[in-house]
Amino acid sequence: MATKVHMEALSPTMEEGQVVKWLKSEGDTVSSGEVIAEIETDKATMELVARGDGTLRKILLQEGGTASVGEVIGVIAEEDEDIGDLDREAPTPSGDGEDEGPRAEAREEPQEGDEEAAVGKKVPAGTAAEEKDTSVDGRVKASPLARRLAEEGGVALSEVQGSGPGGRIVKSDIEAALEKGPPAPRARPDAEYEDVKLSQMRKAIAKRLVESIGPVPHFFLTVDVDMSRAVDARARVNARLEAEGKKVSYNDIVLKATALALRKHPECNAHWGGDHIRRFHRVDLGVAVAIDDGLITPIVRDADLKGMAEISEEVRELAGRARDKKLKPDEYTGATFSVSNLGMFGIEEFTAVINPPEAGILAVGALEERAVVVDGEVVVKPRMKMTMSCDHRVIDGAQGSRFLQTLTAILEEPLVALA
Amino acid sequence: MMAEITYREALNQALAEEMDRDDSVFLMGEEVAEYDGAYKVSKGLLERFDDRRVVDTPISELGFAGLGVGAAMVGLRPVIEFMTFNFSLLALDQVINSAAKMLYMSGGQISVPIVFRGPTGAALQLSAQHSQAAHTWYVHAPGVKVVAPATPADAKGLLKAAIRDGDPVAVMEGELLYNLKGEVPDGDHVVPLGKAEVKREGSDVSLITHGAPVHLALQAAAKLEKEGVDVEVLDLRSIRPLDVDAILETVRKTNRAVYLEEGWPFVGVGTQIISVIQEEAFDHLDAPVLRVTQADIPMPYAKNLEQLAKPSADRVVEACNRVLYRS
Repeated sequence: MATKVHMEALSPTMEEGQVVKWLKSEGDTVSSGEVIAEIETDKATMELVARGDGTLRKILLQEGGTASVGEVIGVIAEEDEDIGDLDREAPTPSGDGEDEGPRAEAREEPQEGDEEAAVGKKVPAGTAAEEKDTSVDGRVKASPLARRLAEEGGVALSEVQGSGPGGRIVKSDIEAALEKGPPAPRARPDAEYEDVKLSQMRKAIAKRLVESIGPVPHFFLTVDVDMSRAVDARARVNARLEAEGKKVSYNDIVLKATALALRKHPECNAHWGGDHIRRFHRVDLGVAVAIDDGLITPIVRDADLKGMAEISEEVRELAGRARDKKLKPDEYTGATFSVSNLGMFGIEEFTAVINPPEAGILAVGALEERAVVVDGEVVVKPRMKMTMSCDHRVIDGAQGSRFLQTLTAILEEPLVALA
Repeated sequence: MMAEITYREALNQALAEEMDRDDSVFLMGEEVAEYDGAYKVSKGLLERFDDRRVVDTPISELGFAGLGVGAAMVGLRPVIEFMTFNFSLLALDQVINSAAKMLYMSGGQISVPIVFRGPTGAALQLSAQHSQAAHTWYVHAPGVKVVAPATPADAKGLLKAAIRDGDPVAVMEGELLYNLKGEVPDGDHVVPLGKAEVKREGSDVSLITHGAPVHLALQAAAKLEKEGVDVEVLDLRSIRPLDVDAILETVRKTNRAVYLEEGWPFVGVGTQIISVIQEEAFDHLDAPVLRVTQADIPMPYAKNLEQLAKPSADRVVEACNRVLYRS
């Protein structure tokens, strides 16, 4: 008698689980109660035990694959037993961007103890062969109709996620892609980001926090920075730049420092993608600019690669055109992180609202002389407070804090940037 | 004007009207005269037309089919009734080697305007030898036209067209359809050969079929409608000549198709239809075309097994769901 291995609910709130590791291979003997796999739940990695004796005949969900609770992920049976249709019970791959996964077949929800029903589920005689494989061979599977529509509409099949059996791209997928319109033209062609698959825990965090405080679950981290050396450095730099008729502001220093810090903390230089997190390899800083009837965030592209004087000029130029409403859409869309500075208004500190899908924004307050305690003595220092708003689905407290540590270190000792 | 009559009465009307219209038309077969036909299709015809035009034969299918072919060759228009097409296997030599080939082998000099008609397909518990769909045997040979009416209106209109046609035509009736009632246009109602008909309009999937399973297709479509699936049912009516345009039109409309037939799957009618679809409408397909057929076994006598072997509405629903990628 064959026993199906189900994805079991290994935590009270678990809805789906990911196979971290199979501890048994196909062909291994297993006995009831023996641990056969490690499953990552929304809370932790748990052990899955065999519910029957025999041989692990079939693994239907490979390591890294995800299945809903109740789905069959393997089959235990006698060595010579015919498991015929049981090995067609592979779970449908979940939509979290995995290209390869178990063989997928549209199927009904399995029912407990339903072995007979499963065996009896026959495909009508003479119908098309089962899908034997997904796209593991690297070929994009698309229906003939989808291929034609893609060609007519100029859609690259490789960029479409198929919703048919085995990931086959069908008409509706192409229609959806056409509806979204052509992908925004990218300024630079090389790889600009990586998409990070969501772990079970990351999914749970995202889900719970959104339930708690709205679609973008913000939290805030504030630092108070000693700007003494930055003030000195700025004075020296501007003295040199004067001959060229250039000048940098404190905001330019903050922008450059932020860009450098983001380079070191890519987890904060990211977008929330719904089913993935996109970490960018470039730093495109959005700079909030107040205009007559609102605000806009023009973008300084590759801010980490530009000098402060260059950033300064660019911001001034972008802000000028922003006020004249002359910005082109690609000059204010697609930032990887943003900075908002209200220091010039004398605001000591504030929190800024995240501009989705960006995962963070830095709110910069006024640079002012304040009394602080250094080595047991009260001294007056130029200080500046900054508050980072983080999308908790993407950035955790410790990650945001580490980023702010790096940023603070650069501002407090600008030479760190060269280290 | 329309009258509601049975499929049996519709066939009877067609015979009577054509015999009235053309004196060269006559009916021949087992029990067609004195007994009014095994299924009472020829009821009253002996009385109305006499025994020169309504002729009882011995149990000798090869013999009377051959008589019919000979009569057609010299200018008459015989209608040969097979009590069922199961028995016509004995007559296939006359059908395929004589009737179908005579025009070709005589260099176009001798046409054979003959009709072979009778019921085919499984009825209820008639066991393996009397429960089979004969369509595939007849459509295989070039030279025979084959129609399979599913409604009283099509039964009348197609039989009349078959009798008037200049070539051999097999009219394959449904044994379980004889009592089916339906509206039939009054007057000289003729349905042209080679014209399919959309029996139900839909946009999601094309369910294509011929003969008695048209009704199974409509049942399945009604079930799927409750699930929000809009099924188009195309009744081929004629298998030869085949209405390729109608098949392509429905497939181009829905992008998905299922072929339903009561015969066996292996090289069945559906195989030909699928071949046409993939050759002519490949770029319009969003899913592989599936078939629902009788199981690939001799028809069992046991009632429960017979039910499992025949196509069912549930199996049609399942096939439609599969081509729609619904679980």
